[in-house]
Amino acid sequence: MMSADVMNGNVLTGGFADAPVQAARAFRAALEAMARPGRIETVEGAEAPGISTAAAVLLLTLCDRETPIHLAPGCDGAALKRWIAFHIGAPVVAAEEAMFALGGWQALKPLDRYRIGTAEYPDRSVMLIVEVESLESAGMKLTGPGIESEAALNLPEVEAFARNGLLFPLGWDCYFTAQDRLAALPRTTKVEAL
Amino acid sequence: MTEQAYNFAYLDEQTKRMIRRALLKALAVPGYQVPFASREMPMPYGWGTGGVQVTAACLTPEDRLKVIDQGADDTTNAVSIRKFFERTAEVETTEHTAEATVIQTRHRIPEQPLGEGQILVYQVPIPEPLRFLEPRETETRKMHALEEYGLMHVKLYEDIAHNGAISTAYAYPVKVEGRYVMDPSPIPKFDNPRLESAAIQLFGAGREQRIYALPPHTRVVSLDFEDHPFEASKADHDCDLCGCGTSYLDEVITDDAGGRMFVCSDTDFCASRQADGHRGALSPQEELA
Ligand SMILES: [Zn+2]
Repeated sequence: MMSADVMNGNVLTGGFADAPVQAARAFRAALEAMARPGRIETVEGAEAPGISTAAAVLLLTLCDRETPIHLAPGCDGAALKRWIAFHIGAPVVAAEEAMFALGGWQALKPLDRYRIGTAEYPDRSVMLIVEVESLESAGMKLTGPGIESEAALNLPEVEAFARNGLLFPLGWDCYFTAQDRLAALPRTTKVEAL
Repeated sequence: MTEQAYNFAYLDEQTKRMIRRALLKALAVPGYQVPFASREMPMPYGWGTGGVQVTAACLTPEDRLKVIDQGADDTTNAVSIRKFFERTAEVETTEHTAEATVIQTRHRIPEQPLGEGQILVYQVPIPEPLRFLEPRETETRKMHALEEYGLMHVKLYEDIAHNGAISTAYAYPVKVEGRYVMDPSPIPKFDNPRLESAAIQLFGAGREQRIYALPPHTRVVSLDFEDHPFEASKADHDCDLCGCGTSYLDEVITDDAGGRMFVCSDTDFCASRQADGHRGALSPQEELA
């Protein structure tokens, strides 16, 4: 539940109350999620105007002045920009320059604008934070590193992930966020419709 | 007890964020070495500052940390690192593999299979498996980019021609998910099959400023040849204290007369077996009641 303060655009609130410990717990959830694609983790402790708790937690845990962020339409309001400026200090940039990009799946497109790394530095690629309505372990079939046999996750489509997979070892990686839940999909995960 | 002069887990938040971002990219590209800006730690480089920084970035107050040095929990190095995190992160510590949620290791993988909910953090001295072929980082980076691993295979094969077998006993190179050749750190090649694990494996090289990772259930193949398949060899002996015939052994000199014994290198594994009543050839005689 978003507090009235954050709703009213009071940017001074909504950060971690005890940053070192809350960020540590949040990162552990983010790490487990990235290591086990499709696994849904729950996080807490942050709220920002107009975005999910999980997305706010990821921004606070992973972003700072060193990480340019792209805000897709729908997640680019003045209140959120002020919140990011106050709590994170990250520059808000165009999609092509972003290390992180936040928005709904359609709003983030076209996906071929984002950084996918270089042959020598495939890590220099964007991390998409995709806001979705809900997350559940059903829908698309996931296989690949981090998954023992197969996992399932409700993803918006198959094709974009297949195209991204062809770029390996280059490519983008993403988190999906809904309320206080998150799941991750690294570039190595193969997505198939069931 | 917390020492208020330190941030949680010693490192400042900005440094932890930078390491955490590198760890996520390392998981996304298994076996690829992600550069990171290594920080000065209050211990010398040989003491695993890369592993310590990775552990610091991962620990939560709820963790139970185990630290091993060549399989042993009680070396100066292991004890110092354990105390460091007891002090700076207020975590509980343990010597029991099964109880640990995070295990930092120097040069061994615990005998007991690791599972979900466990993270194994390796201290890495030289992360680049191609370094002995090519001293220049710009060149080895190109070789990885182009999957130019032919020379590596040639060198291994020459080794067979000279020695009748691949003589590399530690840091035996592996290929990850059919793509990147990776140095598993100086673990004995006996441990290589256990690089395919249900746990998350993270590798930190402090001096060389590299982080890499293996997500759970990642395919990890030790490099070999059809006519010379990889063998996870160990001393052909049973543990003299617990009788185990399948664990990795250290040879220990027992007296000035050249007496020696073979004991499990994994001290927790050996002690647990002895506590369960297993005995080896040189176990102390039981007191008769
Ligand atoms: Zn033993």
